[in-house]
Amino acid sequence: MLSFIGRSIIQKIITLFFVSVVSFLIIHLAPGKPSQVDPLNPKFTPEMVERFRKEFHLDKPLYTQYLLFYKDLFTGKTVSWKDNRSVLKKIWERFLNSLPLFIVGTLLTWTLSFPIGIRSALFRGGFYDRSATFFSYLLISIPGFFFAYILIIFVVTHFHVPVIGMETFGIGIHSLPHLVMDRIWHLLIPSVLGATGGIAVLSRYVRSQMLEVEGQDYVRTAKAKGLPPEVVHYKHALRNALLPFVTMFGLILPGLIGGSVIIESIFSWPGMGRMAYEAILARDYPIILTVNFLSAVLVLAGTFVSDMLYMVVDPRIRL
Amino acid sequence: MKSYTKNSLQKSRIKESITVPRKTRFRESWGLLKKNKLAFLGLAIFILFFFTALAGIILTSGTNPYFDPSMVRLQEKLRPPLSDPNLKTLRPEETPKLGLYLFGTDDLGRDVFARMLQGAWVSLTVGFVAVGIAVLIGIFLGGIAGYFGQNHIRLYHILIALLLFTSAVLLFVGNKYLGVIFLIPGIASIIYTLLLKKISVKKAQSTRLQILHKETISIDTLIMRIVDIMLCFPSFFLILTVVALLPASIYNIMIVIGLTSWMGTTRFVRAEFLSLREQDFVTAVKALGISNLRIIFRHMVPNAIAPVLVSATIGIATAILTEAGLSFLGFGVPPPHATWGNILSDGKRFIFDAPWLTFVPGFAILIVVLSFNLFGEGLRDILNPKLRERY
Repeated sequence: MLSFIGRSIIQKIITLFFVSVVSFLIIHLAPGKPSQVDPLNPKFTPEMVERFRKEFHLDKPLYTQYLLFYKDLFTGKTVSWKDNRSVLKKIWERFLNSLPLFIVGTLLTWTLSFPIGIRSALFRGGFYDRSATFFSYLLISIPGFFFAYILIIFVVTHFHVPVIGMETFGIGIHSLPHLVMDRIWHLLIPSVLGATGGIAVLSRYVRSQMLEVEGQDYVRTAKAKGLPPEVVHYKHALRNALLPFVTMFGLILPGLIGGSVIIESIFSWPGMGRMAYEAILARDYPIILTVNFLSAVLVLAGTFVSDMLYMVVDPRIRL
Repeated sequence: MKSYTKNSLQKSRIKESITVPRKTRFRESWGLLKKNKLAFLGLAIFILFFFTALAGIILTSGTNPYFDPSMVRLQEKLRPPLSDPNLKTLRPEETPKLGLYLFGTDDLGRDVFARMLQGAWVSLTVGFVAVGIAVLIGIFLGGIAGYFGQNHIRLYHILIALLLFTSAVLLFVGNKYLGVIFLIPGIASIIYTLLLKKISVKKAQSTRLQILHKETISIDTLIMRIVDIMLCFPSFFLILTVVALLPASIYNIMIVIGLTSWMGTTRFVRAEFLSLREQDFVTAVKALGISNLRIIFRHMVPNAIAPVLVSATIGIATAILTEAGLSFLGFGVPPPHATWGNILSDGKRFIFDAPWLTFVPGFAILIVVLSFNLFGEGLRDILNPKLRERY
């Protein structure tokens, strides 16, 4: 067990190193220079560009830049090229904005997809199962931005509530319930959008997992013993079907930082995804690289957590 | 008719002596596909979409296209679908060819139908080329990992690779002199090792040289670690970054989507190859002395192709969605060329006044992606041997 943990941590650190090298190379070897973002700006004199290059070590060779960047990152001194603010602080602010979206979206995904998937598995081939299957394909296939506009049209014309942004612009002083409701309305549509794809995929997965377990011998034995169907389904089958999903808790970690670029830019939600998008447009390399690095860390941490959880819940697995 | 009965007679005679499959595998799959209504519908929509896109590129390209997607008629802007053009205000060459605006017009009075036709080709090619690249890389790397995986990379392989890499970098930077200096020993050592293998002289090697033959990591581990590294990148964010940094062009999008989505295929092909290489037919083929490449591509790939086909079909759907998302964000094909994503993105400002600008491209993307997903899932069931009839 301990040796497994040690080995996998070392492996993950090596992977992380290569990720950092590859992402650094991708960004720096791509055509175009960050100092040329705004060549028409009259304030961007050659001296300014030179000072800019010197300030951010762009005149040094690539490997020095790499070392300097990651030294700054680990000591927390990286600053955004655009406004000279600390990158980690900026990301933290945006992260706090994205967090409610992530939490509500994840809760919706995990609470809705299990009942849907289990019911489709129990009534396999029936009307409910077939319509659930079709709807999940529909939700997987619908482009997020299109669905967003359908929901916006629906909510705005039927409920007459504004939905863009984190709160109504210039809402001013209102009673507390009013403010809370305003926040909830603004939170609801983006998080529903974030959850749709997840619900569709996860409910299909729950269904197939449940079907597999229902075909096992011990379920037949339980039925043959004359146990009531609820006990067979929910005690004998469901518990075993849930095993793989415990591990998926680790895999939702990366969603924390990704945010959704498209949904956040449609709803002007000042979250992580939108910040990353703006950083890409402004060629703000420190932010792009830091977001990339943090999300790689979360992916690796997520797989690590899911491996650990699998070992804890499934006694058959001994590594 | 006569020949048919004779043929079937012959067939039944053969059947008596040896058991042959009654149907070929393809016809059997076709029969299963016809039973699976959703998958069949998906295939039908896909074929329709293919010919629409083909017709679209023919009818909207060239200097004097039949449907002109960039024809601006400012007096006819934001006309709803199925509305008749106001013939008094239009010059004869400006009238829409269908006699009406089938899908309406946008804020510049351009015919949305013509723009949709133009955009269909973009979606189709992005889907197919990106997935084609991903599948090729996936089969190549997965095949190597599965077939040659147990072989280890020796130290001198790494040294040669390093030499070649440094020379390539030096040549790329422009330092020709140093580059050639590194290139010559690199190529010389490749030729030397190849010659050694050809002659296969077992010379007693000194211990010093044996260090060069020390085994490091296996090829399988190397390729799977590369897959792990690629999986660490948040894919849409990575695609967005690279596409934003590169010059705007449809080919860049195809290549970038292809280069970031080959990991699944690699894993499938590797897993299939690992189980196939232990089977008797591969041993038999090896005993016949057939070359490795022929074994891989003629005998193993056809047997490993089923899961790849399924994931490729679903991958096309994902690639079309990704491209639509990118052009919605304003990357990709530069305007005035229309794509379904940028028609929708342009139309979002008029979402309440001209909802067709959102709904027409939105439903088009939805239907095409849905058809690929349904067909892919159907294919998964059809190619599943558990569902096939037993003989």
